[in-house]
Amino acid sequence: MINLPIFPIVIPALAAIILLFAPKQIRLQRGVALGALLVTFAMTVLLIFTVSQDGILTVNLGNWPAPFGITLVSDMLSALLVATATLIVFFIVWFATHYFSDAYESNYVYVAMLFLLVGVNGAFTTGDIFNLFVFFEVFLISSYVLIVLGGKGVQLRESIKYLLVNVIASALFVMAVALLYGTVGTLSLADLAQKIPLVENQSVIVVIGVLFVIVFGLKGALVPLHYWLPGSYVVAPTPILAMFGALLTKVGVYSILRTYTLLFDGGAFMQNFLISLAVLTIVIGMIGAIAYNDVKLIIIYNIMIAVGVILYGIALDTQTSLEGALYYLIHDMLIKAALFMLVGMMIGITKSGQLRDMGGLITRFPLFGWTFFIAALSLAGIPPLSGFFGKLLIVQGGVAEGSLFGPLLILLSSLFVLFSVIKIFLYGFWGEEKRAYDGPLVPHMKKLIVPTFLLVAVAVAYGFGAEAMHPFITQAIEPLVQPEIYIDAVIKE
Amino acid sequence: MNRKNDQVNDVILQTAAVIIFFIIIVFSINLFFAGHYSPGGGFIGGLMTAAALVLLLLAFDSKTLANVLPFDYRKMTALGLAIAMLTSLHSIFWDRPFLTHAYDKFDLPLLGEQTLHTAIAFDLGVYLVVIGVTMTIIQTIGESE
Amino acid sequence: MEIFVSIIIGVLTMSAVYMILSKSLLRIIIGTGLLSHAAHLLVLTMGGLKTGAAPVLVDGVTEYTDPLPQALVLTAIVISFGVTAFFLVLAYRAYQELNTDNIEEMKGTESND
Repeated sequence: MINLPIFPIVIPALAAIILLFAPKQIRLQRGVALGALLVTFAMTVLLIFTVSQDGILTVNLGNWPAPFGITLVSDMLSALLVATATLIVFFIVWFATHYFSDAYESNYVYVAMLFLLVGVNGAFTTGDIFNLFVFFEVFLISSYVLIVLGGKGVQLRESIKYLLVNVIASALFVMAVALLYGTVGTLSLADLAQKIPLVENQSVIVVIGVLFVIVFGLKGALVPLHYWLPGSYVVAPTPILAMFGALLTKVGVYSILRTYTLLFDGGAFMQNFLISLAVLTIVIGMIGAIAYNDVKLIIIYNIMIAVGVILYGIALDTQTSLEGALYYLIHDMLIKAALFMLVGMMIGITKSGQLRDMGGLITRFPLFGWTFFIAALSLAGIPPLSGFFGKLLIVQGGVAEGSLFGPLLILLSSLFVLFSVIKIFLYGFWGEEKRAYDGPLVPHMKKLIVPTFLLVAVAVAYGFGAEAMHPFITQAIEPLVQPEIYIDAVIKE
Repeated sequence: MNRKNDQVNDVILQTAAVIIFFIIIVFSINLFFAGHYSPGGGFIGGLMTAAALVLLLLAFDSKTLANVLPFDYRKMTALGLAIAMLTSLHSIFWDRPFLTHAYDKFDLPLLGEQTLHTAIAFDLGVYLVVIGVTMTIIQTIGESE
Repeated sequence: MEIFVSIIIGVLTMSAVYMILSKSLLRIIIGTGLLSHAAHLLVLTMGGLKTGAAPVLVDGVTEYTDPLPQALVLTAIVISFGVTAFFLVLAYRAYQELNTDNIEEMKGTESND
């Protein structure tokens, strides 16, 4: 089974191709999509265990040897993220089967979701920077399809902005790749990591590194580049918003993690640059999270806080902080997907996104209310829920580096996160019912709560099982701290 | 397109288009097979074929084209993707890395000894995808008018 | 030759930025097209511009062009072809739905659930 790393990419792609033939048969669409995602998840679990025993797996596509061909590299980091992404998409598709109307579902929505997973899994797995661009485009084009589906005026208006930002980012990505190729003469990540220290003019590398941070920062919504995020995410329907919030920004963060630790960690400038971006992102995210009364916008600004916290962990670039960043990354993917599904259900019940129109939901839907409460606490990082360990490790890493401002800001941001989500809980679930709720989702609540509850349960289990996860996380961080491991695994002399 | 009402005289365009259509199609097939060893291939060939179809679309209208060539271009895209995917998957069964292509020399009737690659099946997939996608785009814009 | 192409890339990027900053949606799309052209030219230039044979197939070729940028550029062109087509259809639909192609009139952040 030398092809194990490609299965998480190929199985959803095959399922999507099958579904392209029968767009109108909704039962088939649902069945094939869910079945394929389950099989993919089983494969990713197998992948995690294989990697934990045999070390890094590589596939040289087309049997071209490593620095010349495209290599797919499954180290523990990518295996863990691929598994998380697949699991999240599984729950979101499950949620979507009950959420969307039949007419909506027959518009290739599952096809686009599966192709989005193909792109995301591919971006997590690939070991070639141009191939990373290709997989970025795969999930971006799927995301364009998903964001315009439905075709309402507001949606089209915001899609144009989303599309424009991403088209420009893609052009910058190609330019950055071109400059890198012109300077170093290779595109394989492992080969780049070997050859970049040999480049005489290191300031060119810094410029290219900054260009890459801009490209990935546009995807990951780092602060000066975040302006498109709230507007375009808020118009997407709930399952799609959950998918975007959980996966797309995180791919940007992952790409920064991979390229920074492997290629661009040569100087103090990049570190300071990333730390200042992280701090700015956290601050703006905090302001946005408490400023709005629209439940979707509150959670969307929470994405930015999380991205900032993870980026801070990445920028410190020590064993502890990277472990924390990875812990927090996986936690945030799980819990953000769950939270977006939960607030989407709130909107579906009350027919309004504003907190002032909500209230008393917990008396009618107690399980829903408590699920939200647990998810909210987990997001804020109350021990022993899953957000806690990641933040703890990042803060420890920061203190060990002798910096106090960053760790304090992260702790402060936890308070803001807690405040913003508890605000939703207090105004939305507590208190009196404002009026008779007759939103379109009310009859489906019993079915919708199941995938959401299970996803929150997974996140909680991830928090309680932090100790059991620790060897995997450590193994995932090894090639980041010591790039030689990664290089040796890819380029077998 | 109110061409029918306006009684535009398209005789020259229509007559020429029918002939040129076949020339372009033949050329596109030539390009497709040229991709075997020299510049050409599925993408270029597909685009050229799509250009031929667009020429017909310009000379006549979308209904005529749908009558003459009753393809569902979305299904064609799916078929192309399926062919490309399955040909790249075949290497998995021989325990080779994904996308590895196989080839061998065959003695073909008429053509003599030729090497056959699985890459040509992959290219056929690309060819179908390109035609399918291009025509879907053009029809989407054209039909809504 | 490289210098000349670099100037072209600069001019293309400049025009692209100008077009993207204008208000009409169609001009913006043309701008993104120009921007991707600039990026593609940059890829070709960074591989080094020279004339020569294709590097595969025949033994003993000494003058050959770098095939990798060409492969990259083809991929990038295909992608930008698809995205531009999608963008055009989207702009057309948005024009029908919103009755404007002026980006100034497309402000706002209300949600739509």
